[in-house]
Amino acid sequence: MSKIQNAVIGSVRTVIGWVPAGWLPGGAPDPLIERRAAIGSQASRLDGPLKVAGQARFAAEVVMERLCHAALVHSTVTRGRLARMDTQAAEAAPGVIMVVTYRNMPRVGPLPLMGMADLSAVGNSSLPILQDAQVRYNGQVVAAVIAETQDQADHAASLIQVDYEREPARTVFEEAKAHARTPASVLIEKNHVSVGNAERELISAPHSVDNVYRTPGQNHNAIELHTVTAAWEGESLVVHDTTQMVAPSASALAKLFGLKKEQVRVLSPFVGGGFGGKGLWDHQIVAVAVARMIGRPLRVTLSREGVYRIIGGRSPSEQRVAISADAAGKFSALVHTGYSVMPPYGACPEQYTMGSRALYDAGSFEIVQRHVDLDIVPNTFMRAPGEAIGTFALESAIDELAHGMGMDPIELRLHNIAERHPLSGTPFSQHALKQAFDDGARRFGWERRRTTPATRREGEWRIGMGCATGSFPYVRMPGANVSITLRSDGTATIACSAQEMGMGTATVQAQHAADRLGLPIEAITFELGDSALPAAPMAGGSSQTVSIAGAIAAGAEKLTLELLRLAGNASPVAGLRPSEVRLTAGGIASTSDPARNESYRSILARAARDAVTITAAGSAPLEMFKFAMHSSSAVFCELRVSDVTGEVRVDRLLGSFDCGTILNPKTAASQFRGGMIMGLGLALMEETLFDERSGRIMNATLADYHIPAHLDVPQIDVMWTGIPDPRSPLGARGIGEIGVTGVAAAVANAVFNATGKRVRDLPITLDKLLTE
Amino acid sequence: MAIRVNGEDVPPPDDIRVSLLDLLREQMNLSGTKVGCNQGACGACTVLIDGRRVLSCLTLAVQADGKSVTTIEGLGTAENLHPLQAAFIEHDGFQCGYCTPGQICAAAAMLEEAAAGMPSYLTSDLTTDRIILSREEVQERMSGNLCRCGAHNGIIDAILEVAGERRP
Repeated sequence: MSKIQNAVIGSVRTVIGWVPAGWLPGGAPDPLIERRAAIGSQASRLDGPLKVAGQARFAAEVVMERLCHAALVHSTVTRGRLARMDTQAAEAAPGVIMVVTYRNMPRVGPLPLMGMADLSAVGNSSLPILQDAQVRYNGQVVAAVIAETQDQADHAASLIQVDYEREPARTVFEEAKAHARTPASVLIEKNHVSVGNAERELISAPHSVDNVYRTPGQNHNAIELHTVTAAWEGESLVVHDTTQMVAPSASALAKLFGLKKEQVRVLSPFVGGGFGGKGLWDHQIVAVAVARMIGRPLRVTLSREGVYRIIGGRSPSEQRVAISADAAGKFSALVHTGYSVMPPYGACPEQYTMGSRALYDAGSFEIVQRHVDLDIVPNTFMRAPGEAIGTFALESAIDELAHGMGMDPIELRLHNIAERHPLSGTPFSQHALKQAFDDGARRFGWERRRTTPATRREGEWRIGMGCATGSFPYVRMPGANVSITLRSDGTATIACSAQEMGMGTATVQAQHAADRLGLPIEAITFELGDSALPAAPMAGGSSQTVSIAGAIAAGAEKLTLELLRLAGNASPVAGLRPSEVRLTAGGIASTSDPARNESYRSILARAARDAVTITAAGSAPLEMFKFAMHSSSAVFCELRVSDVTGEVRVDRLLGSFDCGTILNPKTAASQFRGGMIMGLGLALMEETLFDERSGRIMNATLADYHIPAHLDVPQIDVMWTGIPDPRSPLGARGIGEIGVTGVAAAVANAVFNATGKRVRDLPITLDKLLTE
Repeated sequence: MAIRVNGEDVPPPDDIRVSLLDLLREQMNLSGTKVGCNQGACGACTVLIDGRRVLSCLTLAVQADGKSVTTIEGLGTAENLHPLQAAFIEHDGFQCGYCTPGQICAAAAMLEEAAAGMPSYLTSDLTTDRIILSREEVQERMSGNLCRCGAHNGIIDAILEVAGERRP
C-alpha cells in the first residue's frame, strides 16, 4: 500500500510493456482453447453424491479422541480496559478444563497482514489476540472457556463476569471522515488518479450528474459456521479447518508458533461457503495456542452471533460519482471518489473504484479512495469486494445521466466503452462488453422498456426495467503448484492444497487435466484440501481456477519431458522434442505425424515403472501486466414495486457475461447465478446494522440479517459470449465474483424506471419507496 | 422407550436438555445433519420426525422419544441415491453442499405435505385438497431453508422434477 509498491508495480508494467508478448505467459494462446473434449461439457459435480448424501466431511465433523470444546466470550463495549474479570464460577462449573484470558493465554505475536509481498501473510487484522487487557472493538474475544463438551463450555461462558473501564471510541462514520487517510495505493493500483481537469469539465459540460451513493456493511453469512480443530502430536500440529487459504494458513501458523513448515498440516477438503470470510482469524489462533497448553485436541466453533462479532465483512462506503457528457453522449469527465472503513490494523481496502478505472473512456478522470478509521471488527474482502458496491454507484450514475439526456442507457454505455484500458492505454486481451449488451438486450426484450419512468402499472404494482454493467478484473495468482502422477494403468492423479467450497474446483480441474493429458475424465482423480499437497494460493480474486490451470499446464510440459526421457530410443516418438509432441489419446504423439505415437502404458511398462510423478509451479502471471485483462457483463432486471407497501419483487433477472472460455456450463451457470443472488441481497435487503452509539452490531443473527430466500429469487437467465481470452490458461477468466457486480444498480435503475424514485443508499427497503 | 433413528433404536439422552441436533451430530456422529445457526433461522438442521420436517436444533431429543427420525443418511447414500438426491445433482442444486441435506429433507417432507393437501401462504383456495405445486408454491414452501451460495434455481428445478414424477 505504499509509494514504493507503486514504483515497483509501475516499473514491472513498463518493463513488461517492452517485452514481446511471445516471451510471456499467454504469448501464444493455450492450445487447449482449440482442442478440448471434457472442457466445456456439462459435467455434474464429481463430489455431488457425497454432498447430497451428507457424506462430505466438513471441518467440525472429524471424529477425534479426547477432544475438548471452547466457547468464546465477546466484549460488550467498544473501547476500554478489562477492569475486573470474575472467572471463578466458570472454572468451578461442571466439565470445565480451563478458562483462558489474556492473563494465561500463551504469548503469540500478531498475524502478518494480508499483502502483496508475502503470500503466507493472510491476516485480516494485526490486533493482539487475548494478549492484553485492552478492548479495541465491540465483540472482541476477551475470554475462552474450555470444557469437555460444547454445552458445558457454553454454560460456563455465561458465568463469566467482566467489568470494563470504558474509553471514548470512534463509531460514527460521518465524524471519522474528517480524519480519513488517503493511501498511496489500493491493492496493486496507484490510488489517486487525476487525468485532465475533471471538476472543470463537470461545470462546462452540457450534461452532467453529481451524486453521493451509500452502501452499508454486509456479512458473508456462509451457512457453515467457522470451526477449527487443533491437535498437537508432539511438536507437530494438525489443524482441521474450514478455510479458503489452506497452504497460506499452514505457513502463517508455522511462523506464528515457531514451527517448521513441515510440522504444520492444515486440512480443509470441503468448505461450507466462504465468500471471503473463511480466512485466518482469532479463533484459530486461540485453538492452536490453547490446544498446546492443555495437551489435548481442541475444537473452537463460533456461534452464529460469534461469526458476526469477530469475522468482519464488507466495509460500508460513501461514494461520489460525477459524470459529464457532451451533446452526443461522450463522457468528458468521470469522477469516482469516496470513503470506506479500513482501520489501521486492517488489511483489506474496499476497492470500489476499480470498475471506474477500466470500463469507460472519458476525457478526464478524478479517482481517489479514502480510508476511514473506526473502532470496529476488522473488515475483510467479501465476494466481489469493491466492484459489488462500486458498480452500484457508477452504474446508477450512468442511468441518471442517460435519463437526464433522454438517451437509452445502453446506448450511452456503448458510446463510451473503452477500446483500450482507459487509464494505461494498454490493449485489452479480449473484451466484448458490447456483444454482451447486444445479446442480453435481445434475449431480455429490452425494447419493451418504457423510457418514461412510472408509466407501467398493473393493479397495485408499478413495473420497471433496468440494466447495468458488471465488472471484474482477471487475476492469476503466483505460487500455484500441483503434482501429477501418471500411472501405468492409464489413470492420473492431480493434487494441490486448494479447497472445494462450491466452485467445483475438483470437477473443472479434472475436466482440464483430462484434456491436457489426453485421458478420459473417468481416469482422473483430483486430490485437494490438504497443505501437505503442493501449495496452491488462497481462493480470492476469482483466481483459483486459472491459477491451478496454469500450474497443471506447466506440469504437463514437465511430464512430457519426463515421458520422452523414459520412452528412450526404442520408442516411435524417440528423437522428438517436447515442442513437437502432444499428449493425446492416452499417450504421446507427434503433432505433425500423429501416427508416430506411444501410449503411456507402453512407455511406463518398457521403463519398468508403475508411475511417474512430477510437481510443477505455474509461470509468473506476467500476462496481467502486459495486457489489460478484464471481465465484464450486462445485467438486466425487471421488477414490480407495490404502491401500497413499497415492496420490491424481482420478476426477471438476466446476466450476459464476457469472461473468456466457460469451462463447465453447468457449474459456471451456478456460479453466475449465485453471485447475482448475492447481488439481489445487496440491492434489496442485506445490511449489517451497526449502532453508532454503542459500536455494536445489532442484527447478529440470520433471523435479523436478511439474505435472499427461495421466494425472493426468480428464475435467473444467464448467457455468455464464451470468447476465449488468448492470454490466459484455457482462455478462461474467473467467474466466481462478477455475478455480484452490476446487480444492485440494475435493480435500482429498474426501481427508478418503475416508480420515478431514485434510491442512492442500499439496501432499497420498503421505507425508502413509501416516502413521497 | 427409544428414539428410532434411520431404523435403529437409540436410548434418549439422560440429560433432557440435549437437542435432537446434538444427539444426531455430536453423540451419534450422524454429521449429515448440519448446524448453521442453532436458533431456527437457517434450516440446515432439518430432519424428519415421523415423516414431518422439524428443525432439529429447536427440538429436544426427548421429544422424539417413541418416534421415528429420518436424517439425510436415512434417505439415501452416495451409492444408492434418493430421487431427490439424484435430481439435486442433475440440476446442480448446490455448490458448497452445506445446506443441501437440510434442503433435501425439507423437500421430501414438503412433497408429502402438498400431497396431503396442506395449503401454504400462497395457496389461493384453502379448502382444496389438491395442491398444484407451481414453481412459486415450491419456492414459498422451501423458504425456511437458506442457501448462501445461490443454488436456489437448481434446488427448485430439482424438486419440481421429482414432484412432476410423483404427480398421478
